[in-house]
Amino acid sequence: MAYFLQQLVNGLTLGSIYGLIAIGYTMVYGIVGMINFAHGDIFMVGAFIALIAFLALTAMGVTAIPLALLIVLILAMALTAVWGWTVERIAYRPLRESFRLAPLITAIGMSIVLQNFIQVAQGARVKPLQPVITGGFELFSQDAFSVIISNIQILIVATTLVLMIAFWLVINRTALGRAQRACEQDRLMAALSGVNVDQTISLTFVLGAALAAVAGLLYLLYYGVIDFFIGFIVGIKAFTAAVFGGIGSIPGAMLGGLIIGLIETFWSAYFTIEYKDVAAFSMLAIVLIFFPTGLLGRPEVEKV
Amino acid sequence: MAEPGKPFGQRLTAALADSFLAAIITFALFSLVLGLRTVDNVTGLTLQARPTLLAAAVGIVFFGRLALNLFVWHATYPLTTPFAKLFNLTPFVRRDILVLGGAVALGALSLAAAALFEIPSFGSLGVVLLAFVGLGALRRGIVHVFPDLPYAQIFIVGGILFAVCFPLTAYAIESTFRLGLPLRYWFDLSILVLTYVMLGWGLNIVVGLAGLLDLGYVAFYAVGAYTFALLATHFGLSFWVCLPLAGAAAALWGVILGFPVLRLRGDYLAIVTLAFGEIIRVVLLNWTDVTNGPNGVAGIPKPTFFGLPFSPFAEGPTFASVFGLKYDGLHAIIFLYYVILVLALITNLVTLRLRRLPIGRAWEAMREDQIACRSLGINTTVTKLSAFAIGAMFGGLAGCFFATRQGFVSPESFTFIESAIILAIVVLGGMGSQLGVAIAAVVMIGGFEALRHTEGLQSVFGEGFDPALYRMLLFGIAMVGIMVWRPRGLISTRAPTIALHDARAVSGNLVGQGRA
Repeated sequence: MAYFLQQLVNGLTLGSIYGLIAIGYTMVYGIVGMINFAHGDIFMVGAFIALIAFLALTAMGVTAIPLALLIVLILAMALTAVWGWTVERIAYRPLRESFRLAPLITAIGMSIVLQNFIQVAQGARVKPLQPVITGGFELFSQDAFSVIISNIQILIVATTLVLMIAFWLVINRTALGRAQRACEQDRLMAALSGVNVDQTISLTFVLGAALAAVAGLLYLLYYGVIDFFIGFIVGIKAFTAAVFGGIGSIPGAMLGGLIIGLIETFWSAYFTIEYKDVAAFSMLAIVLIFFPTGLLGRPEVEKV
Repeated sequence: MAEPGKPFGQRLTAALADSFLAAIITFALFSLVLGLRTVDNVTGLTLQARPTLLAAAVGIVFFGRLALNLFVWHATYPLTTPFAKLFNLTPFVRRDILVLGGAVALGALSLAAAALFEIPSFGSLGVVLLAFVGLGALRRGIVHVFPDLPYAQIFIVGGILFAVCFPLTAYAIESTFRLGLPLRYWFDLSILVLTYVMLGWGLNIVVGLAGLLDLGYVAFYAVGAYTFALLATHFGLSFWVCLPLAGAAAALWGVILGFPVLRLRGDYLAIVTLAFGEIIRVVLLNWTDVTNGPNGVAGIPKPTFFGLPFSPFAEGPTFASVFGLKYDGLHAIIFLYYVILVLALITNLVTLRLRRLPIGRAWEAMREDQIACRSLGINTTVTKLSAFAIGAMFGGLAGCFFATRQGFVSPESFTFIESAIILAIVVLGGMGSQLGVAIAAVVMIGGFEALRHTEGLQSVFGEGFDPALYRMLLFGIAMVGIMVWRPRGLISTRAPTIALHDARAVSGNLVGQGRA
């Protein structure tokens, strides 16, 4: 029982990170109708920016952890957002009226570019970071096994919750959110009613990238080690989460992220850890084949 | 944004503002990830500042964009027109000749500068410029003199003749004159290129003809390679016995993996095939009892020449002894070259014939419009599965050949990036076009190889510069750039084999438009 609870806590933490990345996939798919294959790598770039910013701050003598983390968070969000904007501007906007698979192909190209750029610029080795946030609470112990919620896990879940609520408000209460929903339904009609479609789509990418940067920072703090290749697998899992939750739906992305995180954690805990990626990929295939509309999504109507 | 025809002053201000903005964005992008580098230390990670590199990146973007703004994008006379005219055969005006002449002069100048001051990078620049203009001029000249020759056919026949004659001729020249040519290297490289040509043609059936975007093609390559590797090492079967078995196994996997994705369309299908490809790789990596895990399977036998081995030590007749030749390690490689050449040509021939059969017509129809296809009574299930199976079969045959050539297979050879390279070959070649795919394979694999030999770049970027590291980065940039610049493929596109009179001009660009 204690073991189960511990895995539950770990799974929820992992799921929160997936959920944050999944929002980027789901928003972009909702508006532009394309899989932003490079989003996982945007998350990776975000993690690297956070790492370098943190090291730079330490070198400059900012040792107060909360202050440093706050600056790192803001910096990583801002700079990663620029990356997201640039990727959209270079690789996707010129192809918006092209055939449907063209942006997917450039997205794969962009993913290769980002991975190899970071590899060339920062080296292929894994980058370790000493634990920044330590300590935790012991919930209870049973048979010499204690269930521990660490502070970093609390931080991850809390940050995710706050951002989720903020995002939900942005989508449902602001002019930007209204423009986004309008573009999602009918881009031409939205443009005719005075919505700046290009700007809205750009902002969607910017917001998605900023959230991916938060996920990158949290991932860095949680695991303490990153490399240039983390974006691929994490990106695939987050995409699975987005589809599972229902593509286009923000609460769905969060729900999907939590479910994927739990499945992965329990699979590793109770079956084999070697095949945990197989579990994730199989989930992806099963979800896409049998529940393409997801849990909270709307069915897609095939038009002639 | 300045419009063409505005006074130069206005255009300059606008261009400066735009370039300045681009420079700021570049600075934001690169400030941390390029301007600072993480270095491993005893005490942990430390940072090393690289201000010159950052400044160079920002400078390149600023001045590059300024030049593009002034002379290409918003100019009344874009500097790129004469180069485009060179290749699309529109008549020149005086200004075009001047620009082209200037380019030639610049190329010659940089060649001279390279020779005088020993700067190899200038030399490569000169060669590229001169080759580009020269090729254009040559093509233009030939087309001007003989406007009506069937160029495509000549090119195809010439290419096949060259491919057939190349190894024997080169070998004959080398053995008579002893020039010390790096034959082994040339043959290995050609074998690699031909393997990718074959893979490209195989994937072309799935992506180009049937319009199903398959991101997991490397899985079938792996199935073929492992089928042969395991059958050969466990049961001692020979290459020729295993070749059809590998093809059949891959085709079977094509059906198995194709079955669940039947109702998926477009990008969902692409992602699921990617997932399948990764699943197969992870299984190969972790199923240690059978596949030997990450260590791979070694000791895979080489093919024999109809039962005659290529070995100096074998008992009984060998290839060299039967034909009265002195043993030479190159014989086996030349033989491998012809095996893959024949396999690739078979792939091509089968595709060309299939395109004329009802099933090929059905593939193309499905690519254009799946719903119309179904309404006309075409069984899309059978059509899709047959495309997957036949495409997978050729992947499996290529995999079997790969295993015998390497003598060793491991899961590392079958990563997603391989699928991406094969897909890039198909897409950049122009989906559905056989010739385009072949040219794209030659250019891409040849380009990768050429990068390994660009000593000139070291003089620009310093001694520690290893161009091979930048291979995949350049590959990605090329993939994005070519797709944005020419989404219909760099070389050519293929319209359906038959169509009614008012067929859309380029139907390849409708691939997967929510229909496939």
